[in-house]
Amino acid sequence: MATILSVHGLRKQYPKVNAVDGISFEVAEGVCFGLLGPNGAGKSTTVEMLEGILRPSAGEIRFRGQRIGARYRERIGIQFQTTALQDFLTVRENLRLFRALYARGADIDELIAVCRLGEFLDRDTRKLSGGQRQRLLLAIALVNDPELLFLDEPTTGLDPQARRNFWELVRSVKARGKTIVLTTHYMEEAYLLCDDIAIMDHGRIIARGSPQRLLAEHFDDSVLELPLAALQDRPVDLQVLRKGEMAEIMTADVNGVVRQLLAADVPLDRLRIRPRTLEDLFLQLTGSELRA
Amino acid sequence: MNLRRLLAVLNARSLEFVRDVSALGWNLLLPVFMVAGMGFIFSGPGRPMFTVGVVGGAPLEAGTHPFLGLEQIRFYREADTAVAVPKVERHRIDMLIDLSQQPARYWINTESAKGRLLARLLRAEDPGAQAQTVSGAQIRYVDWLAPGILGMNMMFSCLFGVGYVIVRYRKSGYLKRLNATPLRAIEFILAQLLSRLGLILLITVAVFAGCNLFLHFRMEGSYFDLFLVTVLGAMSMIAMGLIVSARFTSEELAGGLLNMLSWPMMVVSGVFFSIEGAPEAVQWLARLFPLTHLLDAARAIMLDGAQLSDLKTPILVLVGMTVAFLALGSALFRWRPE
Repeated sequence: MATILSVHGLRKQYPKVNAVDGISFEVAEGVCFGLLGPNGAGKSTTVEMLEGILRPSAGEIRFRGQRIGARYRERIGIQFQTTALQDFLTVRENLRLFRALYARGADIDELIAVCRLGEFLDRDTRKLSGGQRQRLLLAIALVNDPELLFLDEPTTGLDPQARRNFWELVRSVKARGKTIVLTTHYMEEAYLLCDDIAIMDHGRIIARGSPQRLLAEHFDDSVLELPLAALQDRPVDLQVLRKGEMAEIMTADVNGVVRQLLAADVPLDRLRIRPRTLEDLFLQLTGSELRA
Repeated sequence: MNLRRLLAVLNARSLEFVRDVSALGWNLLLPVFMVAGMGFIFSGPGRPMFTVGVVGGAPLEAGTHPFLGLEQIRFYREADTAVAVPKVERHRIDMLIDLSQQPARYWINTESAKGRLLARLLRAEDPGAQAQTVSGAQIRYVDWLAPGILGMNMMFSCLFGVGYVIVRYRKSGYLKRLNATPLRAIEFILAQLLSRLGLILLITVAVFAGCNLFLHFRMEGSYFDLFLVTVLGAMSMIAMGLIVSARFTSEELAGGLLNMLSWPMMVVSGVFFSIEGAPEAVQWLARLFPLTHLLDAARAIMLDGAQLSDLKTPILVLVGMTVAFLALGSALFRWRPE
């Protein structure tokens, strides 16, 4: 697969902190590349440098082999985490405004259909729901028919239904051959959408690969979840992790653990066995919750 | 420079302004109320202070001439009767005295009640003083005031409509979004300038024409000339707003700075009262503000029938200020918070 974006020795230094500390990676054409990390890990800074709106202190970013320059903006699309739009303009007028800022672009009617903006085309953008607004922002990011699309936490603040709808939309965009760089707080989102992820912490990339490969590399066990109450007064010789009201037992030998629990007469009515998730991996690698 | 991009942003900004009914209403109604209200209030007994120009007779105190000792009157120095007499004709000052020869001569406008009263006060102190009355068509205060009010409204609209709005755009992240497109800073800035210029001209012309229907302003010069200096004045004040808006993210800070500029401008640029005879420092300060030059030029055209060739200085100053402010505003401009 051809490389669309290559990053070498990228560094961003602020007076007291190395926000991004010399990272290198490549993004293959047509994939959805996920950049994950706790707050302050340097992922926003990295993405802004990749978007060409923040100047790196050192290192280089190449788009299709060329150092990014003035014409780069014509070829990429960006959906910021929070974007204000001009007040008093309708959805359609916003699309036209942004379309006019680019030399080439997508067909507006097609964009309206893809992002399902039809029902509220003539509505003032201030009166849109969260999901509608994100769809409009995605359409604006796609207005120049970009080869590379940046989505910066696009579903933060959306309700679960709107989030799922948005994922569908991202999949259909990807199916059109666009390369996507996604940052997100939601591990489930990264798992479902990304072909390739990089986990950042303290300005460096600490893990890199497809979600499946990363999970396989770091874990060979599963997680048994039980209510803490079920284990009360029933001593078992197992390492139990408390997580709120729940107890988590990590094990590569599920049968063995279940036998042990049965032997101790632990009620298994609410037992849940799940595979390891990116959330677990993230916790293990960074030692912090995503929102910490 | 890409015209298509510039026009797209210009169009978007203009739509935003026109659809913001409250702001539009404010811009239209405020000056009408002010012209009508101030015209009504001040068309009666006149301004509360007497202003008298003095030629010769230094220093300006009672020892020089007993009349100069009257505390209720503001005396100031005039160099030359030729320059000062028209001011009496135009009611810009209430009286002119020439103390450089004996007996003293004085000019008042026969149509000015204040002038006649001052003449009686003068003759009480100096019975020999010789009257040199001029008549000169009376200029109502409202004729003098209207350019001031319209200019002030333009000033507020230019400064806040550009300065405040761009800071709001920056704070909300809209500028960051635009910066991610191929739009260039100069295209964005020009679009803001032209949008505000077009709208403020429309509003000012509409308000002027509307007020003219019932107030019948005095117009000695050409409407074209008046329009031209209005354009120059508006551009210079918009460019001034661009400087304030170039970097800040805080609307409070920008608002404070804009107030710091607009209020002194309103006071010293001669919106309500002539700064004729004001202290040197005030006059010096007034020259720094574009509104002063705009009002001087507009009043010269409307009240004295000045031609563009008579107004080279204010025109050059306004053009110079526009270019300088615009250059500075563009150089300082940042899309994103620092």
